Amino acid sequence: MNDSRKPEAGLAGLDVDVLLLAAEWQDQGHGVAVATVVSTWGSAPRPVGSHLIVRDDGLFQGSVSGGCIEGAVAVEAEEIINSGKARMLEFGVSNSDAWGVGLACGGKIRVFVQPLEK
Amino acid sequence: MVLATALDSGDARLVEPGPDEDYEFCGADLEEEILKALSENRSSVIAAPGGEIFLNVFNPALRLVIVGAVHIAQALIPMATALGYDVTVIDPRGAFADGQRFAGLDVSLDWPDEALLGMALDARTAVVTLTHDPKLDDAALAVALKSDVFFIGCLGSRKTHDARLQRLRQAGFGKDSLARIHGPVGLDIGARSAAEIALSVLAQMTQVLNGRAP
Repeated sequence: MNDSRKPEAGLAGLDVDVLLLAAEWQDQGHGVAVATVVSTWGSAPRPVGSHLIVRDDGLFQGSVSGGCIEGAVAVEAEEIINSGKARMLEFGVSNSDAWGVGLACGGKIRVFVQPLEK
Repeated sequence: MVLATALDSGDARLVEPGPDEDYEFCGADLEEEILKALSENRSSVIAAPGGEIFLNVFNPALRLVIVGAVHIAQALIPMATALGYDVTVIDPRGAFADGQRFAGLDVSLDWPDEALLGMALDARTAVVTLTHDPKLDDAALAVALKSDVFFIGCLGSRKTHDARLQRLRQAGFGKDSLARIHGPVGLDIGARSAAEIALSVLAQMTQVLNGRAP
């Protein structure tokens, strides 16, 4: 017996296509950061495991919130690409974080942002 | 597989379950947590002695096996593909399975039971029969019912379905087995066109996959 899945079928994690694009950007010589939703409370728009990828020139792809905090994550990601150090970001209505960004839906999320190793 | 990431340090490692796999990460044995995350297809942060660890789940692609290269299959294939399913169509009737009707897709011309036996059916697979022909549909069901597939659906009227259940009972399948079959397949959204029927089938598959079936 063998698995009939086609070789290109790959894996079914959330946003696998976004991760593949991150690898492509890196191959092109870009610094890249990968942001991942690691936990959510209340009505968060994107499930745990969702990815946003950010390139050193500011271009981003994917989503961690449906649009509410992508800008703030992208700004932070540039610093993370430069420093090479991963960071945890938290966003939510009750959270007066440095960027003053909240989620309109009232939810709260934690986003882990890592630089892709070169 | 699962990507385990230590949230303090950013250290990460891939874990691929198997008999020889070592489930240790950051000084903790994560076998139970990792297997649970995979079976529930749910990524999450877990607390370990050395700090928080994020388990990001990457399961094999979902797979949909369609028995019957009929009109509704033509609508079902692109919609299922958009939902992330790797689609296989089985139909030993050459005229239905003609490549011109299913461009770019391999249609298996084997008998459904033989074809399904060669596919290692698992809990990430759904089987939907569309032929209305007992020779083909029943052969597929006999194999699907003995596997771990997460969804079994059969197109056909209530009357057709009752007759189908009757035949399967005579073939020795018990009540619990037969209760796994969704028939007539699809959520009741008043579907009429092939695309609407495909939508209702995929909506029901999604409901079952996500544990929301009544």
